[in-house]
Amino acid sequence: MTITQKILSKHCGRKEVYPNEYIECSVDLILANDITGPLAIEEFEKVGAKKVFNPGKIVLVPDHFTPCKDIKSAELVKKLREFAKKYKVRFYEIGKVGIEHVLLPEEGLILPGELIIGADSHTCTYGALGCFSTGVGSTDAAYAMITGKLWFKVPETIKFHYYGKMKEYVGGKDLILYTIGLIGVDGANYKSMEFSGEVIENLPIDDRFTMCNMVIEAGGKNGIIKPDEITDNYLKEIGIRIKIDEDLKTDEENDYEKIIEIDVSNIDPQVSAPHLPSNSKSVKEYIGIKIDQSVIGSCTNGRISDLRKAAKILKGKKIHPEVRCIIIPATQKVYMQALKEGLIEIFIESGCVISPPTCGPCLGGHMGVLGKGEIAIATTNRNFIGRMGHSESYVYLSNPEVAAASAIKGEITHPEEVI
Amino acid sequence: MKTKGKVWKFGDHINTDDIISARYLNTTDEKELASHCFESIRPEFSKNVKNGDIIVAGENFGCGSSREHAPISIKGCGISVVIAKSFARIFFRNSINIGLPLIELKEVDEIKENDILEVDFENGIIINLNSEKTYKFQKYPEFLQKIVLSGGLMELAKKYLKEKNNENY
Ligand code: SF4
Repeated sequence: MTITQKILSKHCGRKEVYPNEYIECSVDLILANDITGPLAIEEFEKVGAKKVFNPGKIVLVPDHFTPCKDIKSAELVKKLREFAKKYKVRFYEIGKVGIEHVLLPEEGLILPGELIIGADSHTCTYGALGCFSTGVGSTDAAYAMITGKLWFKVPETIKFHYYGKMKEYVGGKDLILYTIGLIGVDGANYKSMEFSGEVIENLPIDDRFTMCNMVIEAGGKNGIIKPDEITDNYLKEIGIRIKIDEDLKTDEENDYEKIIEIDVSNIDPQVSAPHLPSNSKSVKEYIGIKIDQSVIGSCTNGRISDLRKAAKILKGKKIHPEVRCIIIPATQKVYMQALKEGLIEIFIESGCVISPPTCGPCLGGHMGVLGKGEIAIATTNRNFIGRMGHSESYVYLSNPEVAAASAIKGEITHPEEVI
Repeated sequence: MKTKGKVWKFGDHINTDDIISARYLNTTDEKELASHCFESIRPEFSKNVKNGDIIVAGENFGCGSSREHAPISIKGCGISVVIAKSFARIFFRNSINIGLPLIELKEVDEIKENDILEVDFENGIIINLNSEKTYKFQKYPEFLQKIVLSGGLMELAKKYLKEKNNENY
């Protein structure tokens, strides 16, 4: 079996599971946010449930439209808050809240080998720590809050094997954009994407999160990386000492549906053009495209290492006078760390604005929505039509260095050009 | 169960932002969500769609976010079934869970905008009344049929609660 299949079989109490069969599994954690949570709560209440199966295993994170952008979103968050109080489940208030997929690992809520569901498609992010985690819907979340269980189709696993030496300014974001470009936005539909090889074995944890974050952009059910020393060190850093189960590995090459080999040596920093994440090419192909806005943040690239990379480019330079550069630390902890390291000062001096931790413009919510005809480069994960605002606005996806360099130049550019 | 309706044709990779834009996610009201369905890519859709109409699309329908608001807004428009070459997985499970019927069909290219289709769910048959062609489709596996036939996942949750309560007494 593959790692994913092993975790699923363990959670349905069987020795073995087979691809494409339907099973019911117990879940270790259920996440919902200010968009999906209220729907789940309505369903929960409609059937007359009186308690949740285990309050410690339910997390509500109002991160999308907070600090609340309008009355409607305030009502949604209020609903979460009241539910959390009544059923004693975890709730992150303003001042503590951050983007869910950065916040939960940081809070030590995610462990290798666990089965995690979230009513948010980027729940797949946590696979970076060697757990099975996948996005589901609100009804799924409601059902699981009541029963502690949920149905799954056992996915086949595609192995992505990365080898070679990465160029400068290339990181997890570029590897995943390149991979999505290679297989297409439905290249892994219903499948598990397992990332491996020497490149992954040496890849920092933040970059691993970025890669697993975007498997949904290839239709993947989950992304997963075999937990190793890097995983262990990360867990220790956040105060968790556990012995990682040595069986959390894929047994045989035959267990994979397919193996895709990727030589990273020739991969440039990638940019995905509107309106699909799979429109990824070398940044060199897009040089010169004028931008109105640059957004550095989100559950894809709003972690401390992302801000460090952006700061390195921006230090001592000025944002182009016709560009708005918005920096969004993903959580309070990331924000504080950036402050301590002097990154925030670098950003403000170069002319960026700092947003509180929120999804904000990533989904066209608030804090930097685009108008008609406007163009943005963003370290987010989706560039669908209207994703960041007006249905005639355009989003290019990139890594933090490219987004920062482009903000300086006023047009899409290679980081080398501004250093 | 049978249904008959007019076809609204869509292409490949119709994503959840196309179906319902994120700026309307600050509500959970079915009617309001329905009134903005496909607004960015087909502004006339929600005004002209009729109860029982059918969506026919290409590959990977419903890709993108996990927002259940997407199938809810479609269901809220009165769409009786979505037929596509393939579906994105979260959209697929959301639709099963809320009871919006989906059919996977390879031959969708033969179906045109405004065609009238008759869908026979029990026997797995679609008849195109315009071209007079008949198609067979794969019915849901038993496991999923149980969810759909029960009326959605929350009906199963109700059953679970009932059993639990009986245990307590
Ligand atoms: S940052 Fe963007 S992609 Fe991530 S959870 Fe928020 S809205 Fe979704």
